[in-house]
Amino acid sequence: MTAIFKGAVCAAAMAASLLSAGIAAAQDRPIVGFITKTEGNPFFVAMRLGAEQMAEELDLDLRSFAARSSDDNESQVQAIENLIAAGAIGIAIVPNDEAAIVPAVERAREAGLLVISLNTALVPAEAADATFTTDNRAGGILIGEWARAHLGDAADTARIAMLDAAENQGLVDVERDQGFMEGFGIDVKDPNRWGDEEDERICGHAMTLGSEAGGRTAMETLLQQCPDITVVYTVNEPAAAGAYQALRAVGKDDGSVTIVSFDGGCPGVADVADGVIGATTQQYPLLMASMALEAIKEFAETGERPEPTPGLDFFNTGTTLVTDAPVDGVESIDTTAAMEICWG
Amino acid sequence: MEFQLQRKSKTRAFRNFLHRYPTVIPAVTLAIAVGLFALIVGERFFSPFNLTLVMQQVTIIGLLGIAQTLVILTAGIDLSVGVIMILSSVVMGRVSVTYGLPVELALFLGLATGFLCGLFNGLLVALIRLPPFIVTLGTWSVYGAIIYLVSRSETIRAQQIEDTAPFLQWTGNMIRLEGGAVITYGTILLLVVAAAVWYLLNRSSYGRHIYATGDEPDAARLAGIKTARTLIFVYVLCGVLCALAGWVLIGRIGAVSPLGNQTANLDAITAVVIGGTSLFGGRGSIIGTLMGALIVGVFRNGLALAGLDVLWQEFSVGLLIIAAVTIDQWVRKMSA
Repeated sequence: MTAIFKGAVCAAAMAASLLSAGIAAAQDRPIVGFITKTEGNPFFVAMRLGAEQMAEELDLDLRSFAARSSDDNESQVQAIENLIAAGAIGIAIVPNDEAAIVPAVERAREAGLLVISLNTALVPAEAADATFTTDNRAGGILIGEWARAHLGDAADTARIAMLDAAENQGLVDVERDQGFMEGFGIDVKDPNRWGDEEDERICGHAMTLGSEAGGRTAMETLLQQCPDITVVYTVNEPAAAGAYQALRAVGKDDGSVTIVSFDGGCPGVADVADGVIGATTQQYPLLMASMALEAIKEFAETGERPEPTPGLDFFNTGTTLVTDAPVDGVESIDTTAAMEICWG
Repeated sequence: MEFQLQRKSKTRAFRNFLHRYPTVIPAVTLAIAVGLFALIVGERFFSPFNLTLVMQQVTIIGLLGIAQTLVILTAGIDLSVGVIMILSSVVMGRVSVTYGLPVELALFLGLATGFLCGLFNGLLVALIRLPPFIVTLGTWSVYGAIIYLVSRSETIRAQQIEDTAPFLQWTGNMIRLEGGAVITYGTILLLVVAAAVWYLLNRSSYGRHIYATGDEPDAARLAGIKTARTLIFVYVLCGVLCALAGWVLIGRIGAVSPLGNQTANLDAITAVVIGGTSLFGGRGSIIGTLMGALIVGVFRNGLALAGLDVLWQEFSVGLLIIAAVTIDQWVRKMSA
């Protein structure tokens, strides 16, 4: 027994010495905080990598934090508090809870830090100095327009499965979903909610939690309700990959069903190339992160705050449609081009 | 007066009956649920295809539930079952696809990962005598972090696995029967594992040791049972079964993904509890757990097909848990 405790003490001592070595390595460079949702999602890992590269280039001392799960607000609040205490000049954050994080963000801004919200706006959006994000609605419209043009006349008799992320109808989730419908030519009624549409082409909505396993089960459920599904909207590419497995299990991987998705991660682009996904909207997390760091550095040196894209209340980091079956009227790039700029 | 006495003894007899046959309640619940949804939803629910679809959907939770049952029978709990499953599947995927090693070796290393994770849990519980809840709360985080280190948060796509290591997807192969029923190899694997663990628990001395360790650890020790060894054995077996579930997971989603299944550990506990196994140890069964998993699956599937909101699915599963534990407490009073 004592041997085990000795071992534990040794391990703890080693961990402590490693930690202090790490702290000593940090120099007097300006500190910038980078807070993401979780380390599990390649999207946020890509963001962190983008931030690390740019920090190196701009000679910033980057401190990254990630919450334990994507519904964990408290650890993000703690990360902000720690960064204020450390004397950071600015913070880029992907908020887990856009509203609940606001008081902590306000404290940071009162302390003179520039706070940029990444990937999604805070509620209210003005709570952050700036928002750098993908225009999710515009990205949704792209895949909706593509699907309609790709189907041609069959679009009028399509049966559509909507695979969303979560029942709480989060902002990103809703904008992609409703954007797709708008692009496809469906009356969305309230553009800030799904489920109120009356268009008979929509079979139903099912939740995937944005994962392969969730995508498969959700697709199986909707297939039971509407065996004649021809179009599948998916909130992201892991959900699309799961949905494809469900379609394959019932022999519907013969091209009779068109899947559209969102993200443009490398596995997703490869799925487009393999014909699993018909078209996907690519977004640019690395760009969000690196531009945020540039903006923070700029603010620290000149006091100038980043400006939103004209006509929008956020800075749009851009979206591109990726497909190997381009259609007239919707600009797109092919998978070879997308593979070079994909993430994850 | 006489009537009251009679009623009391009837209640007692019923409780006695439940104490002896703990799987009666889940069996009846399952039958009622299936009957109810067959009435409400009709053909779309009560078809060979859909009923076997529910089987496919609960296969993974069924396997994790069996693993969890073993631990709970010893009055323990394992919060790390879900992450052991994912970690094992990530090891299988990376060894075979990323490093290009033979798929048999990948499968073996995946199962070995489950073995080691279980062993670590078991040593901490049995030798250092830490509470299982705390040990596995810790390893839930530790193994969870290792998942991201090993996978580098990358997904291995279904098509990559198909090209380089199709055997990893073997559990997803399907047998199509007359009338539309579809059975996957994974489901068959689940039934084989269930039968083997049932045999272990009911027909071998290991099984009696496990029940005894959970029921009265001190008495078991006095009776000459090596309770520490029994506990380590149980956690190791639990880890290996989770790794097996990882293989089945690859068959189901086609890919190897670090994402998702965050609540698999809780879903497994749910299946065990609804299946009538007592959280206080020493009482419960594998068949009950299988039915517990099926009940949850039938509720989710049936309510979805009936067009009910996801929130009501969660709501009703929650009520089922509370009902199951209430019944367990009531039955336990008898033995006290």
